[in-house]
Amino acid sequence: MADAKILTRRVAILGGFAGAGWLIANTDKLTLESDLARVFHAVEDWTRTAQRGLLFPDRLAREYSPSDISPFFKPNGTYNPGTPEYNAHAMQNFGDWRLKIDGQVTKPLSLSMADLRRLPSRTQITKHDCVEGWTAIGMWTGVPLGLLLKAAGLKPNARYAVFHCADNLTGEPSKGGEQSPGQYYESIDLRDAFHPQTILAYGFNGKALDVPHGAPLRLRVERQLGYKQAKYVERIQIVDSFGHIAGGQGGYWEDRGYEWYAGI
Amino acid sequence: MALPTRSNWLARAWHSAFAPIKEPEGFYRHRALVRLTHWINALCILILLGSGLNIFNAYPRLHWGLYGTDADQPFFSLSAIDTPTGPQGVTQIGPWHFNTTGVLGWSKVDGEFQARGWPDWLTIPSFQDLADARHWHFLFAWILVLNGLAYLGYSLWSRHIQRDIVPTRADIGTIPRSIVDHIKLKHPTGAAARRYNVLQKLAYLGVTLLITLMVLTGLTMSPGINAFFPWLLDLFGGRQSARSIHFICASLIVLFVIVHLVEVVLAGPINEIRSMLTGDYRIPQDHQAKDAS
Repeated sequence: MADAKILTRRVAILGGFAGAGWLIANTDKLTLESDLARVFHAVEDWTRTAQRGLLFPDRLAREYSPSDISPFFKPNGTYNPGTPEYNAHAMQNFGDWRLKIDGQVTKPLSLSMADLRRLPSRTQITKHDCVEGWTAIGMWTGVPLGLLLKAAGLKPNARYAVFHCADNLTGEPSKGGEQSPGQYYESIDLRDAFHPQTILAYGFNGKALDVPHGAPLRLRVERQLGYKQAKYVERIQIVDSFGHIAGGQGGYWEDRGYEWYAGI
Repeated sequence: MALPTRSNWLARAWHSAFAPIKEPEGFYRHRALVRLTHWINALCILILLGSGLNIFNAYPRLHWGLYGTDADQPFFSLSAIDTPTGPQGVTQIGPWHFNTTGVLGWSKVDGEFQARGWPDWLTIPSFQDLADARHWHFLFAWILVLNGLAYLGYSLWSRHIQRDIVPTRADIGTIPRSIVDHIKLKHPTGAAARRYNVLQKLAYLGVTLLITLMVLTGLTMSPGINAFFPWLLDLFGGRQSARSIHFICASLIVLFVIVHLVEVVLAGPINEIRSMLTGDYRIPQDHQAKDAS
């Protein structure tokens, strides 16, 4: 019995080291072609649950003072959608740009920029954290998303707001990995959609939002990373699930392997 | 399980590594949970370092303060520049620039040169992929934290940390002598070898503190955590400072691991590794004393 126990321990020790060695030697292979993706998804859920357990809905992201604003706010992703339609809108200062809100709502809306500017606004100086690692601080002015969603009236099965954008992004070399061109989109759940700091911004650092930063409308969802801050927003679709949209993961970068919950 | 015969070195190492050692030749040094958490921690650190360098490569620059992007001056960067003789890898530390072509900034991937912060043989995965590197990083960060809490909880409860690792008042007085012993590569023998020397205690405490700082600065980079614990941003002076401290602590952990491995080899690798596998530690004897007796 004692011998068997000792041998079992040796097997456990050697097996443990063999397993760890195999894991380290095969990280590339495991990344590309294994069921590890399911483990990674479970970790993302766990992270979201842990953070959401802490972040009750009204918890605000820190707001900074004007002296903290970055001298240069790096635009990333698309600098200019550049399509004929978008260029035509830009030529006339987005006077004809319309934001559509549809899907699981009782009263679909189509709002002009002038309509949006007439609504109550919120101005906030916040930190923009790129998934790549850099940070910039800027001042955003816009209409709280919750206000618009209340006006449109959510149906009982509404769960997510999906933001459809005017830009087709071809990828970003700095991120590496698998990338293919695609229409930019993003999604957030209703908890973030009704957060007081979640706004559709039309003003940036005291001026009208410029093209590199997402003119005429960009989402600000302040407790998540930069790729969630969809630019050039033209349509908000309220859905019960985003599985049928594009790659089914809830966003351009999500379809290319990034976490849907970008609070980390 | 068939054991190898005694005729080869592997068999000798095998028997030596697993043969139980009883008093007075040796003693039971490391308890099972300490041994298990040690090895899980080692695996986590290895994967976290490799995936961390891949993440770093997505933005291979370090800043200090609240913000930092391409337009702001970094205090450390890895980059590729064009020169009349072709591209070069440049490592910048403060005002100094070093040509590190082939390793840092500009190195070969699949036989072809690429602009790349850290080279492919250091990163996990080896190819540049921020999304996958983050997945590896967060998976093993969770394991590291849970494993670390198990270790700390058990070691505080069993008083392992208070008894064996926190230096005593008497230890502090032995720091100069311990430094001299380390320089002479002299390791304690006999009764003194039953306890950690003071520099060893400080190193173990130090690496525990470094790992704690890694976790805290890592959390400070999370915008979700920032909303709940804004004091973390104040503690580290902003997200960019936190990112830099994260990198500096990782470098110090690499330094710890190098010194730790060198000391294991110098102190007797089979004995040291055995003590971390089965717990049994053979007390090194003072050869001069033995010769005299």
